[in-house]
Amino acid sequence: MKLAVASGKGGTGKSMVAANLAFTLAWTENITLVDCDVEEPNLHLFFSGHEEERDVTVPVPVIDESACNHCGKCSEFCQYGALTVLPDRVLFFPELCHSCGGCTLVCPKGAIHEAPKRIGTLAISHPMPKLKLITGTLDSGSPHAVPVIREAKRVSVRDPEVILDTAPGTSCPVVEAIDGSDFCILVTESTPFGLHDLQLAADVVTKLGIPAGVVINRSDGKDDETIRFCVDHDLEILLTIPFSREIAAIQGKGDLLCRARPEWQKEFAALALKCRALAGVEP
Amino acid sequence: MKVCITSQGATPDAKVEERFGRAPYFILMDSETGSFEAVANPFADGAGGVGPKAAQLIIDKKAGALISGMLGGNAKAVLDAAGIVQYAYRSTGTVREAFEAFKNNTLARTQ
Repeated sequence: MKLAVASGKGGTGKSMVAANLAFTLAWTENITLVDCDVEEPNLHLFFSGHEEERDVTVPVPVIDESACNHCGKCSEFCQYGALTVLPDRVLFFPELCHSCGGCTLVCPKGAIHEAPKRIGTLAISHPMPKLKLITGTLDSGSPHAVPVIREAKRVSVRDPEVILDTAPGTSCPVVEAIDGSDFCILVTESTPFGLHDLQLAADVVTKLGIPAGVVINRSDGKDDETIRFCVDHDLEILLTIPFSREIAAIQGKGDLLCRARPEWQKEFAALALKCRALAGVEP
Repeated sequence: MKVCITSQGATPDAKVEERFGRAPYFILMDSETGSFEAVANPFADGAGGVGPKAAQLIIDKKAGALISGMLGGNAKAVLDAAGIVQYAYRSTGTVREAFEAFKNNTLARTQ
């Protein structure tokens, strides 16, 4: 099963839920945990271990000035303004390029070929015998997170049990991360912001046609409005984690709730079972 | 020489538009003859990369100088490479007034 963890609001505990779920399940089955929050990946903080790292690249155009007659066809075609043709040369702005490859097709002189440009890295580690952690990291200053997320998902595509931790928000990186998942856990918290952004995230999974359920984290026990929203929108509340100084201290030390307090593994194992049942996937 | 001025309207009596890539119109004033040409900016509502695309447009229109309010880094790189001198117009006047200021040498070059 491909299980995504999303939230809308940042800081609700997506990574906490994803990491504890993976830690709990990896005692008995092969689990791949993918950190799709490539602008600020943090799952590696919970799981130490040797990482194999490699570059993630995208193709960008290279102009052969000796073959170019500066006709301007490539600039005319480029929707992103990445190519500007002057009478004597072509200017290329790599940060505007979306790697569509159209310029190489429309060039009548065959003066454009593509070369790889690094935009980030992929790190793979095995912090537990049955746990594989894949971390996508976008390079600073690189504007396109989606190709790094796509690559992180691609290397896990054949793995049977995948947990995808997404970025906060509801923009392209989140859509790319959760698209194609069998189920999505929406993590929220007991604040008006948590509920507001839960509504946005619920809209996204509905549009994508992905079944979803809710985890309320840092609950202060006053979750009436969140519960009402979930009932109205047919979202099951899968787990409620209380607001607790002890849990915060465990997290703050970089430890996992289920490692420090093994009794919580029962709760996360039950969470996984509920997700599988709601997704209609056999365990 | 043709001087391109970013404009909110299609005539020299319209106000100068302070944005470059998203300016509704480009007015090209001919400093020799005093005639003008108005070009509607097809990239005004574009999603992204409008600066370099607008720069390409005024290069193709053979402008020798640009008068606008603000200019992004990519657009400036294109205009610098094409040898189009850029001037900053910080007042709220019309295109014609900006052109007069340019002719009187009172506009500062964009840094």
